[in-house]
Amino acid sequence: MATVTPVRKRRADDTKLAILFIAPALIGFVVFLLWPTLRGIYLSFTKFNLLTPPEWTGLDNYVRMVQDPVFWNALKVTVYYVVINIALQTALALGIAVMMQRLTKRTWLRGIVLTPYLVSNVVAALIFLWILDYQLGIGNQVLALIGLDRIAFLADSAWVIPTIAVINVWRHVGYTALLIFAGLQTIPESMYEAGRMDGASELTMFRRITLPLLRPILALVLIITVVGSFQVFDTVAITTRGGPVDSSRVLQYYIYDMAFGRFQFGYASAMSVGLLVVLVVITFLQYRLTRASSSDLA
Amino acid sequence: MRRLLALAASVTLVAGCGWSGEDTAATSSGGGTIDYWLWDSGQQPGYQKCADAFAAQNPGLKVRISQYGWDVYWSKLTAGFIADTAPDVFTDHLAKFAQFADLGVLRPLDSLEATSDINDGDYQEGLAELWKGQDGKRYGSPKDWDTIAMFYDPAAVADAGIDPASLQNLTWNPQDGGTFEKTIAHLTVDKNGIRGDEAGFDKNNVQQYGFGSDGAGGAGWGQTQWSAFTGSAGWQATDKNPWGTHFNLDQPVFQQTLDWYFGLARKGYMPSFAEIGGNNPIGPDKEIQSGLAAMALDGSWKISTYTNLTDAAGTKLKIGIAPTPIGPSGKRASMFNGLADSITTLSKQPSQAAKWVKFMSGAECQNIIGESGVVFPARPSGTALAVKFNKEKRGLDVTPFTDQVQQKTTFLFPVTTNAADITALMIPRMDAVYIGDAPVSSLTSLNDQLNNLFEVAG
Repeated sequence: MATVTPVRKRRADDTKLAILFIAPALIGFVVFLLWPTLRGIYLSFTKFNLLTPPEWTGLDNYVRMVQDPVFWNALKVTVYYVVINIALQTALALGIAVMMQRLTKRTWLRGIVLTPYLVSNVVAALIFLWILDYQLGIGNQVLALIGLDRIAFLADSAWVIPTIAVINVWRHVGYTALLIFAGLQTIPESMYEAGRMDGASELTMFRRITLPLLRPILALVLIITVVGSFQVFDTVAITTRGGPVDSSRVLQYYIYDMAFGRFQFGYASAMSVGLLVVLVVITFLQYRLTRASSSDLA
Repeated sequence: MRRLLALAASVTLVAGCGWSGEDTAATSSGGGTIDYWLWDSGQQPGYQKCADAFAAQNPGLKVRISQYGWDVYWSKLTAGFIADTAPDVFTDHLAKFAQFADLGVLRPLDSLEATSDINDGDYQEGLAELWKGQDGKRYGSPKDWDTIAMFYDPAAVADAGIDPASLQNLTWNPQDGGTFEKTIAHLTVDKNGIRGDEAGFDKNNVQQYGFGSDGAGGAGWGQTQWSAFTGSAGWQATDKNPWGTHFNLDQPVFQQTLDWYFGLARKGYMPSFAEIGGNNPIGPDKEIQSGLAAMALDGSWKISTYTNLTDAAGTKLKIGIAPTPIGPSGKRASMFNGLADSITTLSKQPSQAAKWVKFMSGAECQNIIGESGVVFPARPSGTALAVKFNKEKRGLDVTPFTDQVQQKTTFLFPVTTNAADITALMIPRMDAVYIGDAPVSSLTSLNDQLNNLFEVAG
């Protein structure tokens, strides 16, 4: 048994050191996150065009938001995008991750999976815009060559959101697969050995061993990707600018356009707060439903 | 989002700094570099010549020209106003100018010595007046003007057996489209080689459209789309111009004209919204270049683009120009738009900047621009030089553009406040009509929305 005094001394030292280590992150958090968020919430109650001082208008912006059909449509379009994007991306990423773990150990093959992620969103969007161009795009020329009708992927209201969702799946699936792959590495090999001893097939082992033990990681991946997916902006800005009509006017793009296109920073801030609330609720629900904080591996 | 909020947070401080009216650089050394922005890369060489001449005449003064593409230009400029990195002088557009005047980022030219004596009468009629704000102050000095005409592919016209001379006197009406519609129907060819006015024409598989499209026109009052038709039907967008506060999109003449115009796409004479690339339209010049269209409306600022078009093998394409068709009013019509140079309130050297603006608005620079043949300068002498350049150097008759001004068949670009909101509301609604998702009657509710903007602001 050690005496009490040295322990106390060490604790006092720890606090100072801890503050020192936390300070950079804390300052960054306050300056770049907390203060702007508070300021944004304040601006959401004002009329503000950036160049003249904000003017307090109370709940006007929120009343307008509730009555704005374009806002509700934007929310609907965003959710539609998130559902397609996340469902496809998670399923594909899981498949790729499992194959990476169970089938190949080659580093270069694992590296290749990540390459689309190295391309910036804007570049990826531009390249797909050209590939999918109705007249000149190679994608449509291939369709025409095999005798199918050309498709206006980025100019037809029924196609735009699925197309944008798939473009972003292409870019992000490797990264998501890598996160899941890291989670797979935490599952002890002995589990699979035991499974094989009992004569379980690969499919059974996937369902009975991999999925349950992967749940906490999968939950984390889902929370991160869903939040990211709700913030889709650059692909839309490059490929469709919200069109045709409002069919790809996602919330982030509407907010951006309201602020920087129409100089209505007050209303844009109010919609940003709306998006913040939506994301907090969704993240909270996801966290609870997937029991992300507990593991079955024990 | 975080960045947006951070930006918003840092802004009020910066905006405060930009307001000082002190003319520091001018009083100190006088050896300043004037920052000048423009968006049209085609005009940069001409203005560089002007800048060189200006520097030679004003020892110690230099002009640094920066060029950014249209979309980037405006967002960079907005960001520049916020972050105090805006240029001293920039090329301004009528669609944007009212917003900037409202935001208080433009310096009245009357208050600066060099530009205080700009005379409306030195420029093509009506141009200079457009740049006066509601307060009567001048916020831009006229640099050039533009009108609309039809560019056509002479080979396609010859193939159709159409006499090019007949294109000079086409007429249209919202009932049967007149000789204009007959002509574009005949210029349209489907995949089987059947023309648009022949039996068995397959409107769903068109090889070459008679008439190209530049989108639905929601962003600029149909300038290069339907404005030549609504204008020649006698329609005006607002109750008065500039500074109208009541809109006329609910008038039957407007809705009938648009119904007929977008109907051309449904008949297969004009490409659909999807075919021209939706919200990223390829533009009428590329439609003619690729053979998708035989003829299309476009602006005079595109003359040099059209004369430089080449086919796949790299040979220059021949190009012809015809005036906009004569409408139900018995006259043709073209939107008359102009650019100007504006000085920002953020400029640290407004009196020096004013000298540069004055130089660009003067005969010497406008003659240089006229001789480069890219646009029509605002001064009649510069305009004459541009016409001459096209005639002699390009063998191109550009009178379909200039006749509109001489015969006074132009109408002015609708200048209003709330321009950014108007554009944001109009684009999706006009697109919907073009696509066929909404009838033209839906524009009545759009009109109510536009009118409401002014009641709220009232």
